[in-house]
Amino acid sequence: MALSCIFETPVSGFNFDNSARNAGLENVLGDGKVKTPRPLKTGTTIAGVVYKDGVVLGADTRATSSEVVADKMCAKIHYIAPNIYCCGAGTAADTEKTTDLLSSNLTIFSMNSGRNPRLSMAVNILQDMLFRYRGQIGAHLILGGVDCTGNHLYTVGPYGDMDKVPYLAMGSGDLAAMGILEDRFKPNMEIEDAKTLVRDAIHAGIMSDLGSGNNIDICVITRDGVDYIRPYQESEFQEKRQRKYKYRPGTTPVLTEKVIHLEVELVEETVQKMETA
Amino acid sequence: MAAVSAMGVSQHLSSCNNLVPEWTSQEVSTGTTIMAVEYDGGVVIGADSRTTTGAYIANRVTDKLTPIHDRIFCCRSGSAADTQAIADAVTYQLGFHSIELDEPPLVQTAANLFKDMCYRYREELMAGIIVAGWDKRRGGQVYTVPVGGMLSRQPVSVGGSGSTYIYGYVDSNYRTGMSKEECLRFAAGALSLAMERDGSSGGVVRLAVINEEGVERQCILGNQLPKFSTV
Repeated sequence: MALSCIFETPVSGFNFDNSARNAGLENVLGDGKVKTPRPLKTGTTIAGVVYKDGVVLGADTRATSSEVVADKMCAKIHYIAPNIYCCGAGTAADTEKTTDLLSSNLTIFSMNSGRNPRLSMAVNILQDMLFRYRGQIGAHLILGGVDCTGNHLYTVGPYGDMDKVPYLAMGSGDLAAMGILEDRFKPNMEIEDAKTLVRDAIHAGIMSDLGSGNNIDICVITRDGVDYIRPYQESEFQEKRQRKYKYRPGTTPVLTEKVIHLEVELVEETVQKMETA
Repeated sequence: MAAVSAMGVSQHLSSCNNLVPEWTSQEVSTGTTIMAVEYDGGVVIGADSRTTTGAYIANRVTDKLTPIHDRIFCCRSGSAADTQAIADAVTYQLGFHSIELDEPPLVQTAANLFKDMCYRYREELMAGIIVAGWDKRRGGQVYTVPVGGMLSRQPVSVGGSGSTYIYGYVDSNYRTGMSKEECLRFAAGALSLAMERDGSSGGVVRLAVINEEGVERQCILGNQLPKFSTV
């Protein structure tokens, strides 16, 4: 590998003994009624659009664990570099760790070489890693950013395949979001049109897919900087949690009171002098 | 850099082995139509633009004609990830070789590099590749490296899932000594017919002409494709 500064995971890498053990346990114990915990998937809608001055990325904020919403305000747009952000769909842990690893590697590279990282480099590093693990890392990623060569949007799949496109949607809600994008995308849109388009695409995913929902995050990346709007739009089904659970004394009536003294016996006493000079 | 690891759990094993977790989703495939034709002075290569994940078209404007060197291209079919990784590895190896030699590489060298990789890792990879280009020693050449890692030089070669529908058309319409324009029309026609019949091929037709002067790329959009039926 040409880059000497990459922080590589150790060669022993992934160890799938536990997966085999879990599958074995499921078969042996409880006649198939015992189920091992499923990995947390972000059944998700993520989308990205290249517009005139940069890239707009959008994502919903729901993380599901089978049928239960595990996290209502999950952050699916991850920081990679000051000019590169990445939306992740698939297994939540995999997308988090992969983007963290990528971000660290690019930071080391920037410091070593004195250059700002480029999208194509980020994509290459991701491809190398995901291809090496043959699809076992369930990370479907959309990378967007602005670098010295222009505004770019890439997708990298869990097997290590890459596509460079002007607009894109991924995740379980991608069919719905793609419908909106295919209908209304135009090259070189203005920023407000681009934000509205991405919002509408994510909204379509939220409405049509059970795995997507709650709020919509938007991240606008331009040459001048990044505008990470979280949330861009809140779900209309928010309930106001009280979050204060202090009650005045006497709220609960006391029926009986019993005091037990604990017999404490002094067993050993040592004195250690501190040096306070 | 050619880090193609033999992890031991290859793609077709995981589906029938229930010890591997099932969250490995379907792989992205360029179920495709690719072709390359030699003419006197160069080659014409072409491909469709559809990449599928199961029944969903992941990318409808894919570019399957990948440059390996200034005058050498490869057409990719099979698994998108595998072919992209192989093409990257061969690009690096060929570039290194060319710098060492201090002259442009031969198409036969590029084809052999592909063949070595596809044959050595034949159990792990699913890649059907057509290598085509121009070099000073032998002019325009087309080499095919199908799944399994065979290497064969042919004057015209088709590949991918859509190729089965156009063998008849190619065999009856190919003649030696065609001009560049005739080759372009021949390739466009063949690809349109395959895209018409094969569900995994579609989108636009991407063509490229590689000769001594350089590489000339063109793209024929869906509504401009040659029509063969009057229905």
